[in-house]
Amino acid sequence: MVTRVPPPSAQPRSRMRTLLASGAAALALAAGSIVPGMPVGAAPQQAQAADNGKTTLTVAVAQSVDSLSPFLAQRLMSTSVHRLMYDFLTNYDPKDNHTVPGLATKWEPSADKLTWTYTIRPNSKWSDGQQATAEDAAWTFNKMMTDEGAATANGSFVANFKKVTAPSPEKLVIELKQPQATMAALDVPIVPKHVWEKVGDFSKFNNDTKFPIVGNGPYILTDYKVDQYVKLKANKSFWRGAPKFDELVFKTYKDQDAAVAALRKGEVSFVAGAPALTPAQAASLKGDKNIKVNEGPGRRFFALATNPGAQTKDGKKFGDGNKALLDQKVRQALFLSIDRKTIIDKVFQGHAVEGQGYIPPRFSDYFWQPSDSQKLSYDPDRAGKLLDQAGYKLKGDQRVGKDGKPLDLRILCHATDPNDKAIGKYLKEWWGKLGIGLKVDCRDDVSVPWYAGEYDLAFDGWSVNPDPDFVLGIHTCSALPAKAKESAATDNFICDKTYDELYKKQLAEYDPAKRADIVKQMESWMYDSGYMNIIAYPNAVEAYRTDQIKSITTMPEAAGNIYGQDGYWSWWSAVPAAADGKNGSAADSGGSSTGVVIGIVVAVVVVAGGGFLLARRRRSTAEERE
Amino acid sequence: MTADSTPALVQNADADIDGRAPAGPTVARDARARNIKVYLQYVAAKIAGAVVSLFAVLVTSFFLFRLIPSDPVKQMTGGRRVSAEQLQSLRHQFGLDQPLWKQFTSYVGDALTGDFGTSFQFHSPVIDKITEALPATLLLTGTAYVLYTALGIWLGTRTAWRNGSRSDRFNTAFALTLYSVPSFWLGLLLIIVFSVGIGPIPGMFPTGGLESGGETGLAYVLDVAHHLVLPVITLVAVGYAQTLLVMRSSLLDEMGSDYLTTARAKGLRDDVVRRKHAVPNAMLPTFTLMFVNLGHVVAGQILVETVFSWPGLGGLFYQALSVPDLPLVQGLFFVFATAVILANTLADVLYPLLDPRVGR
Repeated sequence: MVTRVPPPSAQPRSRMRTLLASGAAALALAAGSIVPGMPVGAAPQQAQAADNGKTTLTVAVAQSVDSLSPFLAQRLMSTSVHRLMYDFLTNYDPKDNHTVPGLATKWEPSADKLTWTYTIRPNSKWSDGQQATAEDAAWTFNKMMTDEGAATANGSFVANFKKVTAPSPEKLVIELKQPQATMAALDVPIVPKHVWEKVGDFSKFNNDTKFPIVGNGPYILTDYKVDQYVKLKANKSFWRGAPKFDELVFKTYKDQDAAVAALRKGEVSFVAGAPALTPAQAASLKGDKNIKVNEGPGRRFFALATNPGAQTKDGKKFGDGNKALLDQKVRQALFLSIDRKTIIDKVFQGHAVEGQGYIPPRFSDYFWQPSDSQKLSYDPDRAGKLLDQAGYKLKGDQRVGKDGKPLDLRILCHATDPNDKAIGKYLKEWWGKLGIGLKVDCRDDVSVPWYAGEYDLAFDGWSVNPDPDFVLGIHTCSALPAKAKESAATDNFICDKTYDELYKKQLAEYDPAKRADIVKQMESWMYDSGYMNIIAYPNAVEAYRTDQIKSITTMPEAAGNIYGQDGYWSWWSAVPAAADGKNGSAADSGGSSTGVVIGIVVAVVVVAGGGFLLARRRRSTAEERE
Repeated sequence: MTADSTPALVQNADADIDGRAPAGPTVARDARARNIKVYLQYVAAKIAGAVVSLFAVLVTSFFLFRLIPSDPVKQMTGGRRVSAEQLQSLRHQFGLDQPLWKQFTSYVGDALTGDFGTSFQFHSPVIDKITEALPATLLLTGTAYVLYTALGIWLGTRTAWRNGSRSDRFNTAFALTLYSVPSFWLGLLLIIVFSVGIGPIPGMFPTGGLESGGETGLAYVLDVAHHLVLPVITLVAVGYAQTLLVMRSSLLDEMGSDYLTTARAKGLRDDVVRRKHAVPNAMLPTFTLMFVNLGHVVAGQILVETVFSWPGLGGLFYQALSVPDLPLVQGLFFVFATAVILANTLADVLYPLLDPRVGR
C-alpha cells in the first residue's frame, strides 16, 4: 500500500516548530555568550588592569601538570612551575649561563674537593612568614638520600652525596663520595622542612591539597585545577625583588592551533611552542602587529646515532646492529653524505642552526666546533672513497661487502615526529646514491627496539642544561645496562676508555676554564668517532602579545628562549604593557558589545516567537489533541 | 494510549501465548504471572551475562595494554636526568619488576575491591584521577548526547514523513556531510570563527577549557556554559546524522503499514498519525541506538576534548596511553567497557517492556 505523504503546505505547524527549535538553539548560544561581568570578546584572564587593578600574565602551555611535588615531577611544565615556587641553591645568569646566587650566596669546596660549604642567604622567607635556612636545604637533600619515594625525580643529584648537614642556619655542608664539579648546578627545589616533614608517603603526596602552597620563589602557587590551569601570585617579599605582574596563569591548551587562536584573540599573553611553533604558525603570527614571534637558539640538539654494538656493563653483547657500522670509515661516510644545509632549509624551514659539536652554541662556555680539516661536510665523493676503503665496493647500484651481502641499513624514527620522517626520505635518497639501502622504521615508542639494541641508526635528541655533565654521562660505560635489553641511563651503548677517562677528569676538575677544555676534547672525540652526528640545533619558536607584555628576558639574554629556561628570569622579569590599565587587546574592540547585542536580540526574538507559538497551540481543536 | 499504538507488556499480558482471548480472570492472572516469571528469568540471564563480560574485560585489560611494546619508566623519564638506580627504583615502585602472573593476580584481586592501583605518571589513585575527569566528560558528552539524539529523532521523523521532498534530500545530505567532517577540524573552524572572530562575526566564545577560573555560584555556572557551547555544537554536528538515519529508515518501514491507514481513515490529522501512531513503533531501533550511544558517553571524545582543551576522560586516556600508564589505562578501559556493558544490559532489560516479542 502506498502511503500518501501530505504536501508541505498541509503542515503549517511543522515550520513553526522548526523556527522554535532554531530559536531555542540560538537562545542556548546566546545564553552561553552573555555572562554577567564578562566581556564576550575577551577572556577574563588578560594581562590587563582588572576590577581590582591587578595585572595577569597568561601562558598557554601544551602539557598538564603530572605532580606539584618537586620530589615527583618529571614534566617540563611541572618543573618550570617549581622553579617559580621554590628557590634553588644557585641559579644561572640569563646572559651567559654562569652560576649566580640563589638561596645560597656563596659556595666553596674544601682543599680535598670532597666537601662543599654553602652560605645560605638571611633574607629569604617562606610565604608563611618563617625564615628559610640551611636546615631546610639539608632536610631536602637528606630526605632524597634516605627515602626512595622522595628520590623519584631528582635522586641522581644526590647519588654521590655522603652526608649533608646544617651546622648553623646559614651554613650548609655537603660531603661527597667522589669529587663532583657540578655542585654549583644542583637543580633541586629546596622545600620548607616545617611543612614537608608532615608528609607520610612521598611517592604519593602530590602537594595539591592545601593552597596557597608555602614557597619562597618569585611566585606563590594559589590555585590549581587538574588539566586546566595553575595560578600563581607574585611573591612581594622575594629577595631578588617582586615580579612586575601580579598574577601568572599557566593555562593548558592541548592543541597548539587552539593555543595560537587564543593568543590571536588576546585570551593568552604567550604561547609556548611544544617544543616550538610550527613554521606555518610562526609565519601566520608574524603578520599581527600586536604579536611578537620570538625565535632564539634552542637548547636541544637533533642528531643521528649509530649503534656501536649493544652490550651490558660486563661486556655481554646483544642486539642485531649492522656490523658494518662498527667501522669508523663507514660511519663517517654516512655523515659525509648528509647535506645538513638542505635539512635546515627544507625540513626545519630555516628554524634551526646547522649542527656541529655535541653541545648547542647557546652554551658558549662548552660550545665546540670542528676545525676545517676535521669537519665532515657534505661530500658524497669522499664518502664513496671511504666506503671503498672499508671494503664496500659499488656493484651495479649497490654497495656490497666482502661477504657479498649488500649494505642495507635500518633507521629508528619517532612516528610522532614529522621531522624524522622527512629527514628519513632525504637519507634514503642520499644514501641510495651511494648504493646503501635504507629502511625507515617509524615507531610510536622507539625505546623497546632501542634498548634491545635492535637498530642500526636512530634519530636522537636531547635538551642540554647549562652544566653538560648529564648529557655527557649518558655515553659512559657506567651508563650501560646491567642486563641485556633492560632500559638504562645509556643513550646508545657508547663505551670507550678514552671518553670515560675524559668524563671522570672533567667531573673532578673544579676550574671552570680547564673543565670546559676537557669537555670540548670529549666533543671532539665524539665527532670523530661518528657515533653521534649532530645535524641541527632546532630553534625555540614562541610568541607573545606586545600589547600585554612590554618586555621580557630571554635566555640567553641577547637572543634566546622564554619558556622552559634554566631559571625564573622570563616570568620574573616580564613587564606588563599599558601600565595605565588600558589594554590594547585586539580581541576587545567591538567583540564584547556586539556579541552581547546579538545575544540579546536573538533571545528577544526567540522568546517572542515562543510566546506566539504557545498562544497558537492553545487554540488547537479537541480533534487535533485527540 | 490508543488501541492502535504499540502493545506494551501490560497489554500483552491480557493474551496468552497463542494470542487467544483470555478465558477468565484466573487464567489471565496465571498468564501474567507466567509472563513476569519469563521476564525475570530473561533479566537474570542478561545480568549474569553482563557480570561475565565485566570479568572478561577486567582480564583482557590487563593483557591488552601489556602487548604495547613500550617501557613506561623510560618513556616517563625520557629526556630527564635519571640514573640506572632511579630507573630500577621506579620499576620497583610500580611493581614492574614482579613476574607477570604476580602482577596479574594482585591487579585482579585489588580491582575486585575497587582499587585500580596508583597512576605511574600522576602518583595518585586511578580512581581519583577518573572521578576528577568524569564530571567534565559527562557534562560535555552528556549534553551533546541529549541534543544530538533529540535533533536526530526530530529531523529523522520529519525527513521520513516527507520522503523524497527537497527538505528530505537537503537534511539527509547535510547531516551526512557533517557526519563525514573530522570533528577536530570542525572544532578548530568554530574556534577561528566564533572564538577569535572573523570579518563581521565577533569572537563570542572562549578558545578552550572548561572554565575561566575564579568564578563562583551562578557566574561559575554561566562561565562553564559559555565554555561548553562550541564543543557541544561540534559533537552535535558530527553526531546527529546517525540517529537521523536510523529514525528515518525505521519510520519509512512503518509508513506503509495498515494501522496508519486505519488511523487516517478515522479522520485523524496527519500530524497526530505521525506523532501518536507511527513514531512510537519506529522508535524501537532508535531506542537501541540511543543505548549504544549512551554507553559511549562515558568514554569521552579524545579529539574534541583535545581541540577544546576539555579536562575529561578522553584526554586522560590519551595521556595514559602515551606512557603507557598501565594502572590508569587499565582503569579507564574498565570504566569505558563497564559503561557500554551497563548501557547494553539496560537496553536489553527495558526492551521487552517496549516490544513484547523480545525475551520470549
